[in-house]
Amino acid sequence: MRRSSTRRSGQQNPTASANSTPVDLYRSASSKAIIKELERIDHLFQSYVDKSSGMIDPEGIEQLCSDVEVDHTDVRILMLAWKMKAEKQGYFTLEEWRRGLKALRADTIGKLKKALSELEKEVSKPPNFLDFYSYAFRYCLTEEKQKSIDIESICELLVIVLGSQYMPQVNSFVAYLKTQNDYKVINMDQWMGFLRFCQEANFPSLDNYDPDEAWPLILDNYVEWMREKQSLHQRRTLPKLLWIST
Amino acid sequence: MRDKHDEFFLREFVKRWTNQKVASRWFSRFFYYLDRYHIIRWSLPSLKDVCLTNFRDLAYIKVSSKVRDAIISLIDLEREGEQIDRTLLKSVLDILVEIGMGKMKCYEDDFEVHMLEDTVAYYSQKASNWILEDSCPDYMAKAEECLKQEKERVSHYLQSSSEQKLMKKVEHELLFVYESQVLEKEHSGCHALLTDNKVEDLSRMYRLFCRTPRGLDTIIQIFKKHVTAEGVALVKQAEVAASDKKVFVRRVIELHYKYLTYVTDCFMHHSLFHKALKETFEVVCKGIARSSSAELLASFCDSIVKKSRSCEELSDEAIEEILEKVVKLLAYASDEDLFAEFYRKKLANRLLFDKSDNEDRVRSVLTKLKRQFGGWFTRKMERMVTDLTLARENQASFESYLNSNPHVSPGFDLTVTVLSTGFWQINKSIDLNLPAEMVKCVDVFKEFYQMKNKHRKLTWIHSSGTCIINGNFEPKTTELMVTTYQASVLLLFNASDSLSYSEIRTQLNLSDDEVVRLLHSLSCAKYKVLNKEPNTKTIGPNDYFEFNSKFTDRMRRIKIPLPHVDEKKKVIKDVDKERQYAIDASIVRIMKRRKVLDHQQLVMECVEQLSRSFKPDFKGIKKRIEHLINMDYLERDKDKPNIFRYLA
Repeated sequence: MRRSSTRRSGQQNPTASANSTPVDLYRSASSKAIIKELERIDHLFQSYVDKSSGMIDPEGIEQLCSDVEVDHTDVRILMLAWKMKAEKQGYFTLEEWRRGLKALRADTIGKLKKALSELEKEVSKPPNFLDFYSYAFRYCLTEEKQKSIDIESICELLVIVLGSQYMPQVNSFVAYLKTQNDYKVINMDQWMGFLRFCQEANFPSLDNYDPDEAWPLILDNYVEWMREKQSLHQRRTLPKLLWIST
Repeated sequence: MRDKHDEFFLREFVKRWTNQKVASRWFSRFFYYLDRYHIIRWSLPSLKDVCLTNFRDLAYIKVSSKVRDAIISLIDLEREGEQIDRTLLKSVLDILVEIGMGKMKCYEDDFEVHMLEDTVAYYSQKASNWILEDSCPDYMAKAEECLKQEKERVSHYLQSSSEQKLMKKVEHELLFVYESQVLEKEHSGCHALLTDNKVEDLSRMYRLFCRTPRGLDTIIQIFKKHVTAEGVALVKQAEVAASDKKVFVRRVIELHYKYLTYVTDCFMHHSLFHKALKETFEVVCKGIARSSSAELLASFCDSIVKKSRSCEELSDEAIEEILEKVVKLLAYASDEDLFAEFYRKKLANRLLFDKSDNEDRVRSVLTKLKRQFGGWFTRKMERMVTDLTLARENQASFESYLNSNPHVSPGFDLTVTVLSTGFWQINKSIDLNLPAEMVKCVDVFKEFYQMKNKHRKLTWIHSSGTCIINGNFEPKTTELMVTTYQASVLLLFNASDSLSYSEIRTQLNLSDDEVVRLLHSLSCAKYKVLNKEPNTKTIGPNDYFEFNSKFTDRMRRIKIPLPHVDEKKKVIKDVDKERQYAIDASIVRIMKRRKVLDHQQLVMECVEQLSRSFKPDFKGIKKRIEHLINMDYLERDKDKPNIFRYLA
């Protein structure tokens, strides 16, 4: 009992491991490595931190971005924030920073750079992506009790988050959002609805879209707008085609 | 026997048959013993049967076709209207049945089939003649007569089993084949009958064509087209002559009533006709722009109630009848709540500004409305009437209070109508700076009211107030009946002779719209109590006004009207808001009970709950669901986006 208890304490304290077994040696070595890694992660944090607030502030993030050679509006930075579970937009606390970088196993800028492209693959898996997508919305809620985001920011966010996967849908929806006057903000329900729309509705024919289902109203209106545009387009192009054929 | 023909042949046939019967009966008597014992033992056919078979095989077979032809030709004679011996036919046909020996085969094969064939031929020829020569009502009358006769024929001498087959053939020939031709005859078809109000013919038409498989469809189509055309014509007329709306409403009501009686009387309440009528009037009511149909009906009801007061020409029953019709019509517009709101507005005006109204009368009309629409409809209105009674009592006690306390005189006669909030559609008053005289009397009343009711808060609605003020014009003193706002403007001129627009505005503390409206009524309308500089027809922000001391009118007391702001939009807005709350409440009620519910079901239940006051559109419901999600009353199921959960 005693021995085991000392051994356990030995594990916790890697400096007191003179007579330990190889397994212990390995463990202590790995835990030593972990400690080292944590130190390096903390060290990295120190190089971006804003001394007065104790967090990485927007300036620090910009510095970080240029170090890993991605744009600060790049989706990967948002993914990094997702991995860190960062609460406040534009700021990383030490805890978040440790959580994220430990999970990515990145303790240097070089490793982080590599990890980011790995992260992109991880996020693209369906359950992760859903979580990431809803995180992206929540991340943009900066005020206390804020529940919705203005149209302009939503358009940018859509392009960042969904642009690579659903380019045509996003472009067309953004075009709609900018022409309509009914909505000034988008809420979480509508935001999640659009992802479902991208995944389920045939685009651009929209033939399987049924407005009687529980789609958010904004999507009903968007589809109506699309169909109107399409029929207008058809009417306009039809005579031309006839003219070519004659 | 072979030389005889037709009727005589048949007589002979019957006679022979009777002889045969007699013979067979005698045989049975003679060989009674054999018949009883020998035949049964050897299981031979009975003597009676043998007689019958012999008669059939030896005699009947040879003459059967002749018998049949004779019968049919007799029937044809009767169809042409001649008298024939029905008993003879009856007995011949009975023989046929009897020869069948318990089966109808003989009757059916030897006679019925041929008779039906003949009938078809007969009527198809007749119908083809009639359809060319006769008008639709005549044709129908003839057809009905024929059907009646055929039915009688069956009961007189045919077997009852033939009835269905025969009638079916005749109906097919007379009605089905020429159905569309008859109904769509140019100058006498269904359309013409509707135009000429031929109630009897229409009933006949229904009676006839409800027998054919799809006969009613065509009638319904025509009926629908006809009524829609009339309704749309009315709407168009109303658009051209926009002035006479009451006449229009009256006409629409009459139109509806007329066709409703058609449906109930001529078409026997057939559900398809009710549906057709409903659809048609929905179209007509939509033709009148949304909201205005409710408004039109509301002002129509209002005018009826008013009229019944002023000249007593409408009895209670008449009002009830009209209200009933209005209710029916309103069901098509599905805007009952909008109607209620407009009606309430009218009622408020009547109660507040038109004191001549008799309270009993108002109450009796309300009871009628309640009976028609239900309690929700009149709840607020009843409170309004009660409020007014209370206000009158309050006023009386205020007056006695003034009498007993002479030192608190308000300076002039003051009547205050204290109403409860929430039941009246009254615009919130903007903070008007009252003239000093009025401030004083307001204070006096406040003091009085606080004494009686400590914890109630009084809000003064000056926008609904009226005043009578004396205008000391040079020619003579004239009493001016004005609104409180107008009076406030005029009283400003007690202090100074000339005021600029902006001075008036700041002194009154009113919005620009309001000030322009007031000044226009006082300086540019019929009575120019104020002079305006420059003297134009519109009010500008740089204008100057001064008291027109030269003003005079031949009347001693004049009423200076203030044009009404169009409150239609406001009413519609209010109703829309009410509807949103109603939808919210309904959704929450449903979800509270069900906890988890599919989107479609939720929408359906919601529509059902609200249908008695209005028809909510799907988009509206969706919007409210989203609103409730936002307010954290509901959430969307994470895996099945069509399902909502109630969050307690």
